Amino acid sequence: MAAYYSEKVMDHFTHPRNVGEIPDADGVGEIGNAKCGDIMKMYIKVADGRIADVKFKTFGCGSAIATSSIATEMIKGKTIEEALTLSNKAVVEALDGLPAHKIHCSVLAEQSIKAAIADYYRRQGIDPTPIVGELPDPEEEVCHLH
Amino acid sequence: MDKRFVYADNAATTRLLPQVLDKMTPYLTEEYGNPSSLYAFGQKAHEAVQEARLTVAQRLDCRPDEVFFTSGGSEADNWAIRMAAKQQAAKGRKHLISTAFEHHAVLHTLKALEKEGFEVTLLPVHDNGIVRVDELRDALREDTALVTIMFANNEIGTLQPIGELGALCREKGVLFHTDAVQAVGHVPVDFAGMNIDMLSLSAHKFHGPKGVGALLCRKGLRLGSLIEGGAQESGRRAGTENTPGIVGLAAALDIACERMAQTAPRIAAMRDRLIDGLLASSPRCRLNGDREQRLPGNVNISFEGVEGESLLLMLDMHGICASSGSACTSGSLDPSHVLLSIGLIHEVAHGSLRLTLSEDTSDEDVDYLLETVPAVVKYLRDMSPLWERIVGEDALPASQR
Repeated sequence: MAAYYSEKVMDHFTHPRNVGEIPDADGVGEIGNAKCGDIMKMYIKVADGRIADVKFKTFGCGSAIATSSIATEMIKGKTIEEALTLSNKAVVEALDGLPAHKIHCSVLAEQSIKAAIADYYRRQGIDPTPIVGELPDPEEEVCHLH
Repeated sequence: MDKRFVYADNAATTRLLPQVLDKMTPYLTEEYGNPSSLYAFGQKAHEAVQEARLTVAQRLDCRPDEVFFTSGGSEADNWAIRMAAKQQAAKGRKHLISTAFEHHAVLHTLKALEKEGFEVTLLPVHDNGIVRVDELRDALREDTALVTIMFANNEIGTLQPIGELGALCREKGVLFHTDAVQAVGHVPVDFAGMNIDMLSLSAHKFHGPKGVGALLCRKGLRLGSLIEGGAQESGRRAGTENTPGIVGLAAALDIACERMAQTAPRIAAMRDRLIDGLLASSPRCRLNGDREQRLPGNVNISFEGVEGESLLLMLDMHGICASSGSACTSGSLDPSHVLLSIGLIHEVAHGSLRLTLSEDTSDEDVDYLLETVPAVVKYLRDMSPLWERIVGEDALPASQR
C-alpha cells in the first residue's frame, strides 16, 4: 500500500487534520452517497468573510479521507472567494498525486467545500447558484470514476 | 497488546512451508534437467514430476493420468470451461450453468463464451451463499454442456454441496467442473467419490509455491489441448514442466492433507472465536456467508458505516493484512459481486472485511485482531457521516425510520 499512495496521502489519511463537526457551523455541505462508497461532509465557520474554522467528516476510502483533510487545510483562514477557487487539481497536486481512479475523491473534496459555502449563502438569504455554481444532487445515485 | 504482524489474508495467498521449499530446492539447483530429455539426468526430473502426479492422484482420489499441471487455478478454470464448451458445442449443446458468485476466472470465461453464442444460466446463491441442488436440477436442459460451480467461495468461504451436485450431473449426463482453488488442502476433496469431471486447484493457496496448479480431468473426456507444441502433460499442455513448482505443489498437498484432521478443527476454533468476538464487539455488523458450511479459516464481516479500503489501510498501519469487497479496493464502481450475490446492499458491501486464517495463525494473533479491528472500526465510524446518519436513524422510533 505504501507505494500505492504518496506519503502525503498516507500522512493525511493516518493523521487527518480538522476532523469532526462544528455544532454552530455557519454552513454545512454534504457530497456523495453511501451506495457509491463515499460521503464527505464539511462544516464551516465564517468570520469577516473568511473561513475562520472548518471541520470534516468522511465515509470513504483512504484517498477520500486524505483529500478532505488536505482540502480543509487549504481553505482554513482563506476568504470565501479564495476558498471557492480551490480546484480538485490543486488538491491532487498538494497530495503529490492520486492514483487515476481516485481522482474522483478530489472532485468530491472540491464540491463538498462549495456545498458548505452554498449552504452558508442560503442561510444568509443569498441564492448561491450564481456564485458557487451547480452542485450535484446528493440524492442522485450515479457513481463516478472521474 | 503490542503491535504485531498478523497475516490474515490466507485466501489471497499463503506462506510457502520451509519443508516444501526443501523439496523444491534440488530441482531449482542441481537437478535442473529437462523432464523430456532421454538421458538419466533428464529422467530424474521426469520421475519427480510423475511422482508428484501420483501424490496428487492419491490425495484427491483420481488417477495419475487425470492430473494435468498448469500455471495455476485461473489457467485450469479457463482450460476446463473452454474445452468442455467447445467439445459439447460440437454435439449441439451450448448451454452453460454456473453461479453468480464464481471467481472471475470462471465468470469472465463464461462471458467470453456468451459472446461466442453460448447461453449462460447463473444460479442464485441465496443469503447464506450456498447453491441449491434442486435449483440446479430445474436449470438443467437437454442442451446443457457444462455445469461449473465452485467448491468453496473465495470471499465468504461457503462450501457448496459438491457431492450432491456432482451426483446430479452424472445422473443427467452433464459435465461437471468445480473450481476447488480455495478448498483443496483445507477440506476433504474426493474427485471420483464426488462425481467430479474436472477440478481446478492452485498450490499457493495451501502453502505451496505460486505459479503452479492443476486441472484434474476425468479419463475418457478427451480434454482438448490448451497449448500446442510439445508432448508434455499427455500432449495437452505443451511447455517444459515447472519441475520445482510441481514438486512443491505435491509436497504442500501431501502435508496439508496429512495434517488436515488436526489443523482444520484448530483453525475453525480460531475462526469461530474471531466471528463471535467481532460480532459482539460492534453494533451494526453482520457475518457474510453461512455460519456452519464455511471454510475453516474464513471470516467475512460487514461493518456498516465504514468503507473497506480505509479499513484495510488502517489495519495495515497496525500490522494486519486483510482484504475487503469494497468498490474502492477493486478499482471499480461496484463492490464485490460475491457480496451483492448474497443480497447485500452496496453500502453494507463497501464495509466488508475478510480475514482468512491458516495453520500459521496463533491464538495471540486472534487476540490482537479482536482488539484492533473493533478499535479501527470505531475510529473510522467516528469520522463517518454515514455512521452518524445510521445512529441517528436508529435513535428514531421505528415508524419514522
